[in-house]
Amino acid sequence: MGKKSKNTDTKPDWSYSPALESTDHVQINKKNDLFIDGKFITPIKGKYFETINPANEEKLADVAEADQSDVDKAVKAARTAYDKVWSKMDPAERGKYIYRIARLIQERAREFSVIESIDGGKPICESRDIDIPLVSAHFFYYAGWADKLEYAFPGKMAKPIGVAGQIIPWNFPLLMAAWKIAPALATGNTVILKPAETTPLTAMKLAEIIQEADLPPGVVNIINGAGKTGQSLVEHPDINKIAFTGSTDVGKSIMKSVAGTGKRYTLELGGKAANIIFEDAAIDQAVEGIIDGIFFNQGHVCCAGSRLFVQESVAETVISKLKDRMESLIVGDPLDKNTDIGAINSKMQLDKIKMYVDIGQKEGASIHQSSCSLPEKGYWHAPTIFTDVSQSHRIVQEEIFGPVLAIQTFRTVDEVITKANNTPYGLSGGVWTDKGSKIFQVSKAIRSGVLWANTFNKFDPTSPFGGYKESGMGREGGLEGLMPYVNLV
Amino acid sequence: METFINRIDQVGAQERVSRLFSRSVKKESKMDALKTVLSMIDLTTLEGKDSPGKVKQLCYKAAHLHDQFSGLPSVAAICVYPTMVPVAKKALENTDINVASVATAFPAGMASLEYKLEEVKKVVADGADEVDMVISRGKFLRGEYTYVADEISAVKEACGKAHLKVILETGELVTLDNVRLASDIAMAAGADFIKTSTGKVSPAATPPVVLIMLEAIRDYYKKTGKKIGMKPAGGISKAKLAIQYLVMIKETLGQDWLHADLFRFGASSLANDVLMQIVKQSTGVYQSANYFSMD
Repeated sequence: MGKKSKNTDTKPDWSYSPALESTDHVQINKKNDLFIDGKFITPIKGKYFETINPANEEKLADVAEADQSDVDKAVKAARTAYDKVWSKMDPAERGKYIYRIARLIQERAREFSVIESIDGGKPICESRDIDIPLVSAHFFYYAGWADKLEYAFPGKMAKPIGVAGQIIPWNFPLLMAAWKIAPALATGNTVILKPAETTPLTAMKLAEIIQEADLPPGVVNIINGAGKTGQSLVEHPDINKIAFTGSTDVGKSIMKSVAGTGKRYTLELGGKAANIIFEDAAIDQAVEGIIDGIFFNQGHVCCAGSRLFVQESVAETVISKLKDRMESLIVGDPLDKNTDIGAINSKMQLDKIKMYVDIGQKEGASIHQSSCSLPEKGYWHAPTIFTDVSQSHRIVQEEIFGPVLAIQTFRTVDEVITKANNTPYGLSGGVWTDKGSKIFQVSKAIRSGVLWANTFNKFDPTSPFGGYKESGMGREGGLEGLMPYVNLV
Repeated sequence: METFINRIDQVGAQERVSRLFSRSVKKESKMDALKTVLSMIDLTTLEGKDSPGKVKQLCYKAAHLHDQFSGLPSVAAICVYPTMVPVAKKALENTDINVASVATAFPAGMASLEYKLEEVKKVVADGADEVDMVISRGKFLRGEYTYVADEISAVKEACGKAHLKVILETGELVTLDNVRLASDIAMAAGADFIKTSTGKVSPAATPPVVLIMLEAIRDYYKKTGKKIGMKPAGGISKAKLAIQYLVMIKETLGQDWLHADLFRFGASSLANDVLMQIVKQSTGVYQSANYFSMD
């Protein structure tokens, strides 16, 4: 600077010291039983499976595996609670219970956040700032509807439909539980929830809260297990509705098995969203949107912006800025408050991601990964982007469900609309432009349940969420989220 | 001049700021950051009632921030009005602290170019190492970008060897689109530093404004290889906010900019809060403000 430059010292780069979230207040039960009829009970066959911390592969707890006879027991408890108590209860009273659940989750938010991160691998800043606040927000929102259903459906009576079997995925474990349970309870149904086998722990904590809230026994039952347990639930004759969030393959088999049974169902399945950057977009903010779109929750997001379309005139700039920005992403310990990208949820998922990265390279796409170092133990994957890809590449067509982005360029609005719709999926999408009219033009033309303009991956309990085509059917969230749980008479 | 229009989305910029500001800076990284912040301060007094006595006291403080605590850096510069430059220069002659002077009819800049150039030449002749000029906001808002650019170039020439900081007065430019455009113009016209505010207009430096200016610097560097400095000024009085700005620099521009050569805080009361935090980090307890000198 001027006469006296001070840039002479050679200090090492300034980096953040570890900032670990405290785990003192968190108690993970070493043994987790089935939650049926308001009580924790051991499974009839006495089988337990392990759940591990994907960040270090250490065992966290044993979890009871429900088989057919346990499912029978849970369905029976739910049916009794439905017939005798919950469907007959004054709706305002039902609402009070749901409000109580929402408040108890808020009070224990820190504990839930930590467990969600330990069991699932997602960064604590995300479970703390997004997942758990949204969980209580969902319960609050649907608690409000409980005694106002006549206003949701003017001129009609909204009657509950009975017992719902709800099967949820591992990417947003407690949030998906809230999406399923809250509207079902508000409308007077009882439920059996089956969390994913890699992330059962926050649901078991939720069971504690349900006990604490003094919910009548059997209104909410939570059972664990893998695909077979889910299948028993789906095929159970005394279930009135199936709500499923997960892969398109499983969704298809659920459709087959409920066909002709009269069971109602909602399916929230995979996606391969187009995130579209026009040349007149605010580029730096769009780059943030790309990052959010594909690297949020390690890319384990059904509505992830996994297909990026960049207009050719700005492609070079956008991709160069994206690569720079990837370097500042912090990959590592999910419990460190500065971590942006945590652990991949399971070995199985990591293998699947690696398989697709391999396929992408074999198909001739150019790969670029952030230069971050990955921990030795646990399941990790560096943020990855592919350029030189086309609609014909498998990494463009198939859902990878990991931090892997396929980038294509385009020239005109028509071209990008065609390509964006050229997919079996239709869950979400994004459009980035400073021009309002273009937002309306594009969003009307793209067949997806959600379309974000100049933002991405934003969720709110008042907003319906769901897909077209093979991304599913039915909507969750908002007023529309009540529909799958009522008969209108 | 730029041909490519850089559009800014206000909501997105604010979101990015929130994310950056939620970084947790603890332990050694906090201590390092606090010391770095001290070394980046342009200790400032810009009041109508400034006098040689006041400026001399401030200069002594600049060189002796808190002598009870060893190993502390001194601030980067003293920032004063033109008439105080000779006083500051003399008071700081045996230190490595720079003298910065505001000029060009600070803070409004409502004067002719001839007057402004004469003032700049005078402060440089009096010994100012750095000149903080203001842009003509009225001209900018009328779309007279060429006038604004030419004025900066002329001032830069008048500065000679002194470094030029260009104050955009972002509180009067209002939109982030304008902030970005003004940053691009100032850098292309020869600014060594771009600076947010005079401190006389509210709002002064706001986090989204600083982010947008840092991004402009980053893009300019990518294109030209030239490293332009950044100086937020006004309203930065707490160590916590200053550290959050270091996070913003680190993750936007990288390590090279974490140095007084390329980043300054224009502040009058920030130093004492930083000192208080430094003492707290090492002793574990807060001391009363009475233990830190107020000059």
